[in-house]
Amino acid sequence: MSSITTREAPRGFSAAEYMTCLTGIVWREGLRFLHQRERFVSALVRPLVWLFIFAAGFRQVLGISIIPPYETYILYEVFIAPGLMAMIQLFNGMQSSLSMVYDREMGNMRTLLVSPLPRGYLLFCKLLAGTAVSLLQVYAFLLIAWFWDITPPPIGYLTVLPALILSGLMLGSLGMLISSGIKQLENFAGVMNFVIFPMFFASSALYPLWRVQEGSPYLYYLCEANPFTHAVELIRFALYGQINWISLAVVATCTIVFMIGAIYAYDPSRGLARRGPAGGEG
Amino acid sequence: MTSPAPIAEQRETSQPDPAAVPALSIDGVSHAYGPRRALMDVSFNVQPASFTALLGLNGAGKSTLFSLITRLFGIQTGRVGIFGHDVGKSPGEALRLLGVVFQPRTLDLDLSLTQNLLYHAALHGISRREAAARSVELLNRIGLAERAGSKVRDLSGGQMRRLEIARALLHRPRLLLLDEPTVGLDVKARADIISHVRQLVSEQGIGVLWATHLFDEIMAGDDLVVLHQGKVLAQGPMSRVVAEAGAQDVNTAFMRLTGAQVMPGGGA
Repeated sequence: MSSITTREAPRGFSAAEYMTCLTGIVWREGLRFLHQRERFVSALVRPLVWLFIFAAGFRQVLGISIIPPYETYILYEVFIAPGLMAMIQLFNGMQSSLSMVYDREMGNMRTLLVSPLPRGYLLFCKLLAGTAVSLLQVYAFLLIAWFWDITPPPIGYLTVLPALILSGLMLGSLGMLISSGIKQLENFAGVMNFVIFPMFFASSALYPLWRVQEGSPYLYYLCEANPFTHAVELIRFALYGQINWISLAVVATCTIVFMIGAIYAYDPSRGLARRGPAGGEG
Repeated sequence: MTSPAPIAEQRETSQPDPAAVPALSIDGVSHAYGPRRALMDVSFNVQPASFTALLGLNGAGKSTLFSLITRLFGIQTGRVGIFGHDVGKSPGEALRLLGVVFQPRTLDLDLSLTQNLLYHAALHGISRREAAARSVELLNRIGLAERAGSKVRDLSGGQMRRLEIARALLHRPRLLLLDEPTVGLDVKARADIISHVRQLVSEQGIGVLWATHLFDEIMAGDDLVVLHQGKVLAQGPMSRVVAEAGAQDVNTAFMRLTGAQVMPGGGA
């Protein structure tokens, strides 16, 4: 083969090409997000309903003792704010996966996957893009929450960023992993019931785990095993300039495992191939 | 899985030129969806600067073949090469020489024409500045330059197809695949697209694989591959395929080869 002159020599891809690809994917995701204003509004309204209504109602029911990272007695609103930030990312991650199922049905996924860059890298870019969108939502929420007297130390807004990126990647890759198993768009309601709600409620988002332990030790173990709990705790501590090492380790490990799983599931010889022809067969 | 392991035999190519690497070489490719076999030992080549029509009814396996060439599905048996690069082993090198227009529309409807092109360019690692210049050039060529900033949603079906072809050419591929690109278009839009693609073959030397079930899109000088129920029934220059089938035209030749009932009006 090498003697044949018309064959193109392999030249690989430069770092600049990788970077262009990443910025292109993030840029497109951002544009699409801006075009879907309802999505932005609902992404904001959901946690705000919890904050304004649920938290106000439960303030008297649930007393919060002083637990790290808090140094004083806090209002219930302050306690659930990190949980709601993680909830924004949970929904966003699942919504990105929904859009991947949609893209796959509509064929948009094909334009992404015929890029010559390695498929694992393309999916990673897609995850980063989804995470970037979730950051916009979270910071918009924090801004509104600030007026509601949820005022973490100013440095917290910065230190929470790496935590949010990591938790966003974890929840996004979980969504991607799930999306590879969803055959049709309609099945997404099942994701709501079987993924989002259990993950959210069996976590430390709404109540401190010591409270859960008093009520039901089994539920406590379930909450401890829930990666979402650790995403919440990672964000909670980071918002106050601290690192929860156990949560960091759990979230980092889960991110890697979910991401490898998602990339494996989207491997052409496995995930997509088993599903039969996408789009019209003809 | 259940597909047999065919012996990759050397087949006669339509334009015997031993020095040239084919733009696309399909070699002993079989594919099965579970127990259903979609492709059986398919082999053919597409030469550079040639127009090869892949003719088959719906369900013949054309889209499966396209999905294999574009790495959407993994290749189970056989080999697919693009200018000598194995799609399975070095997909990056293979895919960068390939432009594709899929049968379903794959544009972002809410983004503008330019934004769609820039996104695609980014996926190929083309820098923003270069991409912007190429977009202007391509939009000019397809006569949509003044629509550059409008949303794709506002385009007609034919304009969307033209945009998709422009997009497929953005990274300057040397092989272009089109999967039934004229389906659902009116006569004028169809003619525009066919003549544009033929121009690409004659002027830029791009190898084209054009999947279709419309006989009137095939011309005398084209190469023809007849795919039926996952098997290649005939291949070669159109005139030879027609002659070997003992027919006067493609329509009759196809009917004789496949035993299919061909509907009047040139379509199948």
